[in-house]
Amino acid sequence: MRTDMLRALALIAVACLLPAGAWAAEEGGGAEAPAKPGADWQSWRAGNDVSDRASLQRGARNFTSYCLGCHSLKYERWSRLGEDLAVPGDLLQKDLMPPGDKSTDYILTSMPAKDAADWFGKTPPDLSLMERARGRDYLYQFLTTFYVDPTRQTGANNLRLPTTAMPDVLSELGGLKKAVFREVGKEQVFDHFEPLAAGRLSPAEYQAFVRDTVNFLDYVSEPTQTARRALGVWVVLFLLVFTWFAWLMKREYWKDVH
Amino acid sequence: MTVKTATGAPARLPEAAPAKGGFRAWLNKRLPVDEFISSQLTGYYAPKNFNIWYFFGSLALVVLVLQLVTGIFLTMFYKPGELTAFDSVQFIMREVQWGWLLRYLHSTGASAFFIVVYLHMFRAFLYGSYKAPRELLWLFGMAVYLALMAEAFMGYVLPWGNMSFWGAQVIVNLFGTIPGIGPGLVEWIRGDYGIGDATLNRFFALHVVAVPLGLLLLVMLHLVALRQSGSNNPDGIEIKEKTGADGKPLDGIPFHPYYTVKDVVGIGVFFVLFALIVFFVPTFGGLFLEAPNFEVANPLSTPAEISPVWYFTPYYAILRAVPDQRMGALLMGLAVLSFLFLPWLDRSPVKSMRYRGWISRTALALFVISFVALGYLGMQPAEARYVIAARIFAVIYFAYFWLMPFYTRIDPVKPVPERVTYHAH
Repeated sequence: MRTDMLRALALIAVACLLPAGAWAAEEGGGAEAPAKPGADWQSWRAGNDVSDRASLQRGARNFTSYCLGCHSLKYERWSRLGEDLAVPGDLLQKDLMPPGDKSTDYILTSMPAKDAADWFGKTPPDLSLMERARGRDYLYQFLTTFYVDPTRQTGANNLRLPTTAMPDVLSELGGLKKAVFREVGKEQVFDHFEPLAAGRLSPAEYQAFVRDTVNFLDYVSEPTQTARRALGVWVVLFLLVFTWFAWLMKREYWKDVH
Repeated sequence: MTVKTATGAPARLPEAAPAKGGFRAWLNKRLPVDEFISSQLTGYYAPKNFNIWYFFGSLALVVLVLQLVTGIFLTMFYKPGELTAFDSVQFIMREVQWGWLLRYLHSTGASAFFIVVYLHMFRAFLYGSYKAPRELLWLFGMAVYLALMAEAFMGYVLPWGNMSFWGAQVIVNLFGTIPGIGPGLVEWIRGDYGIGDATLNRFFALHVVAVPLGLLLLVMLHLVALRQSGSNNPDGIEIKEKTGADGKPLDGIPFHPYYTVKDVVGIGVFFVLFALIVFFVPTFGGLFLEAPNFEVANPLSTPAEISPVWYFTPYYAILRAVPDQRMGALLMGLAVLSFLFLPWLDRSPVKSMRYRGWISRTALALFVISFVALGYLGMQPAEARYVIAARIFAVIYFAYFWLMPFYTRIDPVKPVPERVTYHAH
């Protein structure tokens, strides 16, 4: 957690440079105890860690098994994935890459965009930058708040992205659940989830599955981020030493100013 | 033999110059290298009482160089054009060696530029540096600021993210509020009926060639004007008026080595903070790189909230505070241009806030509060409570400038000392 500490330190240090009020307030709820299952979904956090390589490897496996059918990562090459996640070439070829792909190919779905648009009403978006555009917590909440909705063509709806065109493809793992709404004035407000059918994974296992997947998408959104933080430590240390020497020199020169 | 420097003070001739022969003599006969160093650095006398506020000028120069150098390398890989721009930025971030570092240095540098320039401007407010005889110095500085705004705006469009597109849409449309020529002018700026490929390509040309050339010229004029009148200082005293037997200002010290070694310390501290952002929080919580800009420009999908980058938000808040769009655009323009009139609005007999009275001090404090508050409000959604607050702060903002001729005249000032205040450490 060294990087997190440094990040916090950096935030404090640079906050001094900026008008305090300009700091964008973080959205999201507090940590009040959930009254009913799922009622606090807006406070669910991905809690992923991009320096956890095993988690990234599991996330890559999850992605190729469940997402790649429709979604691409058009800015990431298979070889880059293998290199960054320490997946040996033969395993990469055997377990992750679709047959026929070369390791220098970008990670592209084999679903034709035109067909996808016909089937789902819109082409499933590329996920290379989804984490940076929407945030890791958004992705985590999106993948954990699908519920059964017979009024939708796909039979599924979502709390994070209502009327999403995406079907609940992970229901075989996470199970099916019903969303119970209550009326507040004229509006329907989400109250809680009711499980309808269990999936192959327990709730805790499913959360871990989603966390790994979000972690992988976090990595893909900026593959250099781990190297960036690692290098940053040395750069800042060097600059501190440099500044100290510069100050010693200044003090020496200014001794004759009276 | 004496050489007159730009400041009028006699400068030392280069001591190290060999009397005869050698490469240096050969060179100096053909190019006035030593004379330049002497007149601009070793023989240029600056007040010895500079404080922390005097770091930001040299820092702005350092950031300018950083932006030029990183910009050159980014240009080698960036491909303007609505079909290629976004992809090429991702190519830089992922596949160009050190591309991510170049891009973050450049994007963080843009915000850092405004931070140091705003602090540099505040220094002028604090010590009356814009007052006679430095009016032109101030105007060149303001021209640099205006050019910087244009440069930053066009640079922000280049990654062709969705906020780039919609930001350009909002800003360019402001020119459409000009009566008569407005609509035609907007088309002329865009080069098309909408923000598109033509707009992106011309913004690229302006961002990498035209505006930087203008910036360099203006920075040079700013520095020449500075050498002509000499630096102001925290006491607001003209050091040239008190010279010793040798003709040198008693309260002045040669810029080199004293201020060069001091500025290096400032540069070190600056780069520590800068590196903390670049390496640990390059988006700075969405303030330096906004989340919607990680999606490609899409004319069919408006971001939930369109707001410019933080350095423009004070003016954006003023624009939104006015119900009438034309009036809002006018006031927004006036808010920026008000700075130009400062040297003539300020009627105080003293320069520095140290010797001004409570009225000037209160006015400056209120101005800083309103500028920061407007910056915050410009990032908020256009809800009634924010708009009303923005109106109040906008009134204070303008009152600071346009009531200045009155309140600076009745301000109870203190006597200014003969010599600068300096405690050796």
